[in-house]
Amino acid sequence: MDLPLRTPPVAEAAAPARRPPFPFAAIVAQEEMKRALLIAAVDPGVGGVLVFGDRGTGKSTAVRALAALLPPMLVVAGSPYNADPRQPFPPQSGPIEVAEVPVPVVDLPLGATEDRVAGALDIERALAHGEKAFEPGLLARAHRGFLYIDEVNLLEDHLVDLLLDVAASGENVVEREGISIRHPARFVLVGSGNPEEGELRPQLLDRFGLSVEVRTPTDLPTRIEVVKRRDAYDRDPAGFCARWEKPAVAIRKQILAARKRLPRLKVPDAVLEDAAKLCLALGTDGLRGELTLMRAARAEAALTGASRVDRAHLRAIAAPALRHRMRRNPLDEAVATIRVERALTELFGP
Amino acid sequence: MSEDAARAVALLAVDPLGLGGAVLRGPPGPARDGWLAALRANLPPGTPWRRLPLNAPDGALLGGLDLTATLAAGRPIAQKGVLAEADGGIVLLPMAERIATDVAAKLAAVLDTRQVAVRRDGLSLDLPARLALVALDEGLEGEAVPPPLAERLAFRLDLALPFTLPPAEIQAARARLPAVRVPDAILEALVGGALALGIGSLRAPLFALNAARAAAALAGRDEVLAEDAALAARLVLGHRATRLPEAPAEPETPPPPPDQEQDQAETAAPDPAQLQELILEAARASLPAGLLAGLSGEAREAARRAAAGRAGARRKAEARGRPIGSRPGALRGAARLALVDTLRAAAPWQRLRRQGAPAGPLIRVRREDIRLKRFQARTETTAIFAVDASGSAALNRLAEAKGAVELLLADCYVRRDQVAVIGFRGRAAELLLPPTSSLVRAKRSLAGLPGGGATPLAAGMEAALALAEDQRRRGRTPLMVLLTDGRANIARDGSQGRPGAEADADLVAQQIRAAGLPALLVDTAPRPSAFGKQLAAAMGGRYLPLPVMDGARLSAAVAGVREAG
Repeated sequence: MDLPLRTPPVAEAAAPARRPPFPFAAIVAQEEMKRALLIAAVDPGVGGVLVFGDRGTGKSTAVRALAALLPPMLVVAGSPYNADPRQPFPPQSGPIEVAEVPVPVVDLPLGATEDRVAGALDIERALAHGEKAFEPGLLARAHRGFLYIDEVNLLEDHLVDLLLDVAASGENVVEREGISIRHPARFVLVGSGNPEEGELRPQLLDRFGLSVEVRTPTDLPTRIEVVKRRDAYDRDPAGFCARWEKPAVAIRKQILAARKRLPRLKVPDAVLEDAAKLCLALGTDGLRGELTLMRAARAEAALTGASRVDRAHLRAIAAPALRHRMRRNPLDEAVATIRVERALTELFGP
Repeated sequence: MSEDAARAVALLAVDPLGLGGAVLRGPPGPARDGWLAALRANLPPGTPWRRLPLNAPDGALLGGLDLTATLAAGRPIAQKGVLAEADGGIVLLPMAERIATDVAAKLAAVLDTRQVAVRRDGLSLDLPARLALVALDEGLEGEAVPPPLAERLAFRLDLALPFTLPPAEIQAARARLPAVRVPDAILEALVGGALALGIGSLRAPLFALNAARAAAALAGRDEVLAEDAALAARLVLGHRATRLPEAPAEPETPPPPPDQEQDQAETAAPDPAQLQELILEAARASLPAGLLAGLSGEAREAARRAAAGRAGARRKAEARGRPIGSRPGALRGAARLALVDTLRAAAPWQRLRRQGAPAGPLIRVRREDIRLKRFQARTETTAIFAVDASGSAALNRLAEAKGAVELLLADCYVRRDQVAVIGFRGRAAELLLPPTSSLVRAKRSLAGLPGGGATPLAAGMEAALALAEDQRRRGRTPLMVLLTDGRANIARDGSQGRPGAEADADLVAQQIRAAGLPALLVDTAPRPSAFGKQLAAAMGGRYLPLPVMDGARLSAAVAGVREAG
């Protein structure tokens, strides 16, 4: 079996003969999950989304749907690192050619080897031209976009270590065949999984800004609608996506408007104080909780079109921002959500 | 039910992709071979048919670098894995009940995305893999295909008898399939039926929908009728049921599988309630016999949990004493070289390196090629909790004991230990939770522990010891925490009486000491008993009287045992 060896560029990888992803706008219910992903799309600084829950709830469907929804971004033309024209990498002098590309949503499949995750030397070029060129890996492709790991709780330990390292430093370092490469790798980490298959390492859990619990809907009309839409999609993916294009455009506009609004939104001191009180009451570790609360509340306000951040926005995102950060009884995931709700009621009234 | 097996094979042959595949439960033999042969014969000629090797490494499964060809060619040559080779066809998964959790997850990803994402050995390929999976489950008691995989396969068939496939126009049905319509009433009844049977996942009604469509196509129709839905319910929903639906005025025993094709076909437009009742009736017919009487949501849930627990345990067992892959790293200390993986890393570079320096060894391996074997860490601990759930202990705050165990479990979680829970009461000990690192399951198993009955202390200790030895064989370090009020009154042979029971417990304690198993006895009696202390001494373990449950003390004591062990 002699296959050509190639690293498809992002655009090509996204559009082979496979089905277009299920449209985000057509996902029924699962509001918390959808909201968390939109918040991450508005402000990547929120720090990633973890989706944990029952089987057959469309966890990975939602994440993969995100790709089609994101407004495109500007990169240095031809850059394998999705380099930002405002801070080109590698640094360039003179005029920069700019291209518009889709925001990458890169899948890190289980069974990936370290060389493909971190990148390695481009063997083809080395052989053909004797050049030692770096062939970027998944981390480079995910730069300024999203890195998605389905069944993240089953990811091999040494890859988790690599991810933690890169997430902490924002850059990826590869040394191989006498060359040393260092490139920026900042991405929104999105993970999904089912807690019954295994626990997530605490260090990795901590990396996620928001954590969402998904349950299968239990009311019949919702379930019927889910099955109807999924079935329609399975029978005719292209036609189904075309029918949902209009709502998709609306969500895309919402994201763009929210991003535009975001820098102008101030978080008033009163809301900061609320956030601090809430974290204190729940005994969350470190400052990351407060920071996430603040950023997520601001993104939430931007998404709703509000002109200022207030307590309602904070309350709306408190559970996903904090439920995985409490010095909790690790046995009690469900209780975590209830504790956040209770603390909110005690501090700020019903 | 051989009739169902025949129907399932025909449906799967009509729409393999839409149905995902099947779990075949049963020993190898003519029944299984016949089913597989029937499936193969009814697929279009040339349909790929691959068998997944047992314990296939990722390279064989997903694809990777072909080492031999790469060395010969002097440039990287890729090799497809079994899954990509089977694109458009069927993959057989032998001994599916024993596959590791991560392999199950990789297969699940392929079924979901219909492609293999190869990100390995310098390769980045997305290869189509539109396939159906037939998981062969030897059908041993207590073992099951990992739930994430079983969830993605429409059928589960218990194969016992050979069957004959009635002649069917499968090719015509396949051609007809895209045109088959499903009336909304039928779709709604299938979704409603699944909900009424306590099936959470929404994949189930989708599979049922596809099965009904295939059935209609087989019958030469362009519209799904109630009888198709009934068949789909029987084949897809029945075995997934977690509870019996509340049915209006149920007869004592539901009627046998309805031979109702004829009369149902004539019902022109049944109302939704009737439709759903029909679907439930059909699904009920395929509930495993014997389970029907005792089926309650709880019992079924417990079975599912136990199966899931074993999946976790198996995953570790799979790795026992064996390398579990390789990683880059420096060859120093106790690290062991993964030779083939190192060669694989070095292979593509050979020509280039020879160009740089023609004289030298035949194969040039550099430091950055070095791959090290990864082993299951040998120091991992399994904490075995043996919990006395007898009447006397229940009186002495079984609930508090459970609370204490939960605290300890939380501790184990922090230390990445595995935990197992054994409960003993009445006449016997029972493994409530096989070793697992999932705390969600651990907690549930404890919550489900009932109290009451006599105290078969020796049996409980013996079960813990047996499990400990099993864990040792798997390369793990066991430790035992025995929570009891020490009021043993059932001997090992099941006879009653305190003296015999205490003597037996003492005997097992000595065995535990001889086995060198680190142990902690937590005495939950209101007043610490001399016997408890004596038993702890006989085990060579620690003794912790705990008249008032104190999580911090308990946790410190276990940590002490752990370090000492």
